[in-house]
Amino acid sequence: MARSFPVGRVDLSKEVVKLRKVKLYALSTCGWCRKTKRFLDANNVDYEYEYVDLLTGNDKVRALAEVEQYNPRKSFPTVVVQNGDTHVVIGYKESRLREVLGL
Amino acid sequence: MTSDEARALYERLKSEAEGAGYFLNPDVDFVLDLMAGLLTNEERYGYQACPCRLAEGVREKDLDIICPCDYRDPDLDEYGACYCALYVSEEIALGQKEVEPVPERRGTEPEPVGEEQEEPLVGFTRSGMPVWRCKVCGYLCARPQPPLKCPICKVDRDRFERFAWP
Ligand code: SF4
Repeated sequence: MARSFPVGRVDLSKEVVKLRKVKLYALSTCGWCRKTKRFLDANNVDYEYEYVDLLTGNDKVRALAEVEQYNPRKSFPTVVVQNGDTHVVIGYKESRLREVLGL
Repeated sequence: MTSDEARALYERLKSEAEGAGYFLNPDVDFVLDLMAGLLTNEERYGYQACPCRLAEGVREKDLDIICPCDYRDPDLDEYGACYCALYVSEEIALGQKEVEPVPERRGTEPEPVGEEQEEPLVGFTRSGMPVWRCKVCGYLCARPQPPLKCPICKVDRDRFERFAWP
């Protein structure tokens, strides 16, 4: 006889959002980067960000290598969403961001 | 850098743009943020590097991205806006069209200029750039395409002709 375990109702989509990693690579001077950041804030997205122009030394080298891996042209803003798959959104593209963030 | 300085730079660029047949983005808050970015870069590097690109901080390496950058006019041609959307087409300035994201042109190969020329270098610069003449005021310039508006007399691009000996 199969034993059954009581399983509470878990909203899987919320669990996935918790595990998801969102990172914004931006420049502190750039208008589209600012728009992207405002968009993420307005939609309560949990994300990390780095202003690559404000970094120095090794931090800058590391951040640029990360950006390059996702976006060989190293342009900003670059948003990387990791939720099992990796999605990269280059430039301020609201509809693309909505799509990959499930908004 | 203060918001007054950003405002002053905005007023100056706007009047210079209008005086030369260019248009600034009609979203003034967006443009003021870009002005702040240009002024920050001026403090940081000594020149107004493009606010939406990562400058090296060495003038010779950043020459092509000192605002207005080398890519402004080809991007205005193709997308109706420069990469930062500081400069926009007349249509966008008038609110008849929305700004679209502009892909980074820097580091891409420029479109070949004109047709392969068998003719001697007449109407071209030695580097192969065609020369254009404003039929209205006679202004001459050497660039892949004529400007959207003549910077001298402000007529539209279609009033230009290729400059060549008869
Ligand atoms: S993209 Fe626009 S704002 Fe940036 S340097 Fe070029 S002209 Fe200036």
